[in-house]
Amino acid sequence: MMKSKADEEDYWNSSKFKAFTFDDEDDEFTKLKESRQAVNSICGLVEEEEDEDEVEKVSWSGEPVGSISWSVRETASSLREQSFPKIDTTPSLPKNSSGYSLSSLFKGKEVLSDSSVRLYAPELRKPKSEYKVTAVSLEKFRSLQEKLLLLDEAVGVHDGNVITAVLIYLKKSLSKEVLFRELESRQTALRHFIHYLTESKEQRLLLELYRALGRTEDEALLQYKEHLRITDENKRRDFLKSCVSLPFSPEDAGHVQDHYTLLERQIIIEATDRQAETGGKVEIFQKFPRRASILNMPLITTLYYCCFYHYAETEGTYSSPANIRQTFRIAEKQYFVTALAARAKLKAWHDVDALFTSRNWLGFTRKKSPLSFSRVADILSKNNAPVQVLQEYVGLVDDVELRVALAQKYKCHFIVISTYRDLKDRQLLLGYRGKVERGSEEERKIDELLSNPQIRWKN
Amino acid sequence: MAHSARRDSPELPDFSVLKRLARDQLIYLLEQLPGKKDLFIEADLMSPLDRIANVSTLKQHEVDKLYKVEYKPVVSTSDQLCFLIRPRIQTVKWVCDVVNADKAAGKFKRYKIIFTPQKFYACETVLEEQGIFGDVSTDEWAFYLLPLDEDIINLELPEFFRDNFLEGDQRWVRTGGSALHLFHSIYGPFSKVYGIGRCSKMVYESWREQVKEGEQKARQAEVGTVFLIDRDVDFVTPLCSQVVYEGLVDDIFRIKCGCVEFGPDVTSSDKSIKVMLNSQDKVFNEIRNEHFSNVFGFLSQKARNLQTAYDKRRGMDIKQMKTFVSEELKGLKQEHRLLSLHIGASESMMKKKTKQDFQELLKTEHSLLEGFEIRECISFIEEHINRQVSMIESLRLLCLLSLTENGLLPKDYRSLKAQYLQSYGVDHLLTFANLKQLGLLVEQQPGETLTVMESKMGKLVNDKTAGKLTDAFSSLAKKSNFRALSRRLSLVPKSDEEYDLRVPRDMAYIFSGAYIPLSCKLIEQVLERDGWTGLEEVTRLLNGHEFAVTGSNGADLRPQSDAQRIILVMFLGGCTFSEISALRFLGRERGYKFIVLTTAITNSARLIEAMLDNHV
Repeated sequence: MMKSKADEEDYWNSSKFKAFTFDDEDDEFTKLKESRQAVNSICGLVEEEEDEDEVEKVSWSGEPVGSISWSVRETASSLREQSFPKIDTTPSLPKNSSGYSLSSLFKGKEVLSDSSVRLYAPELRKPKSEYKVTAVSLEKFRSLQEKLLLLDEAVGVHDGNVITAVLIYLKKSLSKEVLFRELESRQTALRHFIHYLTESKEQRLLLELYRALGRTEDEALLQYKEHLRITDENKRRDFLKSCVSLPFSPEDAGHVQDHYTLLERQIIIEATDRQAETGGKVEIFQKFPRRASILNMPLITTLYYCCFYHYAETEGTYSSPANIRQTFRIAEKQYFVTALAARAKLKAWHDVDALFTSRNWLGFTRKKSPLSFSRVADILSKNNAPVQVLQEYVGLVDDVELRVALAQKYKCHFIVISTYRDLKDRQLLLGYRGKVERGSEEERKIDELLSNPQIRWKN
Repeated sequence: MAHSARRDSPELPDFSVLKRLARDQLIYLLEQLPGKKDLFIEADLMSPLDRIANVSTLKQHEVDKLYKVEYKPVVSTSDQLCFLIRPRIQTVKWVCDVVNADKAAGKFKRYKIIFTPQKFYACETVLEEQGIFGDVSTDEWAFYLLPLDEDIINLELPEFFRDNFLEGDQRWVRTGGSALHLFHSIYGPFSKVYGIGRCSKMVYESWREQVKEGEQKARQAEVGTVFLIDRDVDFVTPLCSQVVYEGLVDDIFRIKCGCVEFGPDVTSSDKSIKVMLNSQDKVFNEIRNEHFSNVFGFLSQKARNLQTAYDKRRGMDIKQMKTFVSEELKGLKQEHRLLSLHIGASESMMKKKTKQDFQELLKTEHSLLEGFEIRECISFIEEHINRQVSMIESLRLLCLLSLTENGLLPKDYRSLKAQYLQSYGVDHLLTFANLKQLGLLVEQQPGETLTVMESKMGKLVNDKTAGKLTDAFSSLAKKSNFRALSRRLSLVPKSDEEYDLRVPRDMAYIFSGAYIPLSCKLIEQVLERDGWTGLEEVTRLLNGHEFAVTGSNGADLRPQSDAQRIILVMFLGGCTFSEISALRFLGRERGYKFIVLTTAITNSARLIEAMLDNHV
């Protein structure tokens, strides 16, 4: 899709403020030139251009270092006062590793980093053809030892761009087995390589790498991640099924198994419910049309959905909340929160009540909750529960101060009143009388209490 | 907003030259492709570009149409296409598709890719692999420094954080060095550099190399002191809820490149407006660093003053009225507009925050910071997860718990992770793997005795010689040691003392007096001590990598000179507005001026989002 010119204009103009400007109506050219000079002087680009040929030859071709301009520059830099000290303590490379002195190739990191700058960040006006010089010269590093020294040197410079460049070359010029083996002991390079493969989406090679390194969990996760690309739900389910046997940690294997089971069920529930909805026979789908498909939703969303549409179903069906709770070992508290929210949303206060009612062995009922009653009241109020429902749960809050605060917040006047009565606090009760509606039942209740001679007020 | 400010704070240098520099470089590059051309701009470069140039600038240099890079086939009739992009493989692949599609259709065009701030070899490899190397010319636009405000400079590289700290990719190290180098060459020379963190060290090295390569001119320094700090030195601070006005606005509305979009709930109309938030906005400038609880009072006082000023009109004669209209009215109207915006924003934020039980959330955070009633905190987080309250928020709290407690007990870790996956989806397994890798959310390791040995080992090994060893210890090396650090540096003031937020006594005010940000405390301590002496235990707890170096290039070293008291703080991996507020406070107290140079402005949500992997 193409954006029209007007659209684009609109975008640019839509921001309400003018971009930074400076008076440049006339004389633009001079200013441009001036600031280009400034750029150049800042970056020292002009200088670089002059001697870049030499440097490239020096650093990448494998010739001994010693060209005139190089040494002139070296001398100059050694004469120049070292203004800031070096702090890094990268250990130097083993220099005795081969018959001829490889280290001279890298005479200081500077050479490599210099050329790399030039290589990967060539100067503005540089003709394209010049890069190829380097591509060729990288290929001069043929022996494994040279390649590895090149890599270690790149790591020593701390320039990720250079590290990756060398890795790309090694990937092309070494067999996987050898490359993987060598990377194992080079963590920094390894991480660069993994990131490069991830970004360029070389899935298969990355999996092989993980396997070779024995990083089985990473391998499993990477494979599992692939499911995100699969949009067809049946194919995704089958793929997830195949993931269950991947070498996850036992804990994660369980989660992946759950993921598969959940999608399997969602597919079944979705098919049935879609039919029920279009059939128009099931009341709840008519009253509360489904807003979205349940496919690929998290478990708790699925549970909520089932508590909403399939609450009364027996445990035998896939969509029954009880079945889901059991299959996925949902914690009691989690189940309560979800069921409560779903039933409250439907204003099924009877179900809400039943959730908390338990019978002891003598047959007495009492309210029990894995969740604090203040939290219960909060969930109910967020679902617009009426005061009559709310006050029942607010009244069960143990902490007196919290109970009063909540009762006031939710306007459960009777709870406030009875709590003050229990506290035998006449002053607070009197004060509260001003907050309730005049002539209301609450007011009458307060008056009744205040005139009750049986209560021994503390104040 | 009376602060006991020292009056001799030095003046900040002028950063507008940076914009001009970037602009002229861009123009130069555009001129390298003479003639009419269409320009494709990477989405996240649009706002930064907007700050330094406008459409007419581009048009003047023969840019015909502007497009956003959308990874879709291109419909353009121009025979010259220019792409202004970040050096990302995905984007370059898309450019290759565009070029190859043209080739297949027999169209011959000229193409140019301008990478900013630099190009990567991996990107050029893509061009090569796709067979279009040579068909496309490439350039670099060294746009490193975008001044967002008089004391904030941004690299606008949010991916720096994930690439460097999670992936372990050092591609941006040189970029950091170059940014510092550019700053140094205009506002330096620096005479002191302090720093902490692995990346900071590498950036310092890269900068030093670049200084060595380039020419140095003797000049009067404007900024003499630099402090480099890695984001992973302090993860706790950016994960806390922000309660200072600017930070809160960022948390709720997301400030993008110094600009925020206020929706209809703020503007109380049916339109959204974009507003620049910086020191130019006089109202904002007075409240940005204030604790939110002070803002309302301040705004209503302002509103009353404004009313009085308007009321002056009454009883004016025509001449007075004329002067009033020409001299004061415009300013008053402007102030009026700003005031109503910020009042609207405050109201909207209040509403949102009361809805989500902000008080309780803050209480939990403060308990975590204090190490108090951890069980209650865990059940608060659990309920948060159970009720499927924001997925990001839940992770943030889990990370805070892990960081402050040095990891979760295995039992808690398992149970919370399982519940999290149930609430937000099993694909967050990938997110948990990332959080573990980064050390943000980990299981406590059995056998704490290992740590002593490990810290000794840590000094001996480095990634070149003992990769495997480091790997084995890495989960231990990432211990946050928050509690111990907090004690050493007195980060958490005693809770029994009253804290008057109107008259802040230390940087803790940015977190309601509950916590002094570790990052800023380190900066304060090092500046005070002129180095790390006396902080040995602290740096040990932070896994080392601290440094303090003095240059000797004839720069002005008198500690009282202005340049020495202007301190550039470079955050590698991002910093929050709260941290900037804290530094401004510190500056006012001690007579410093801080300039913040950051790879991006971050906050808890951005930090956590960078760790998500549950999408393709």
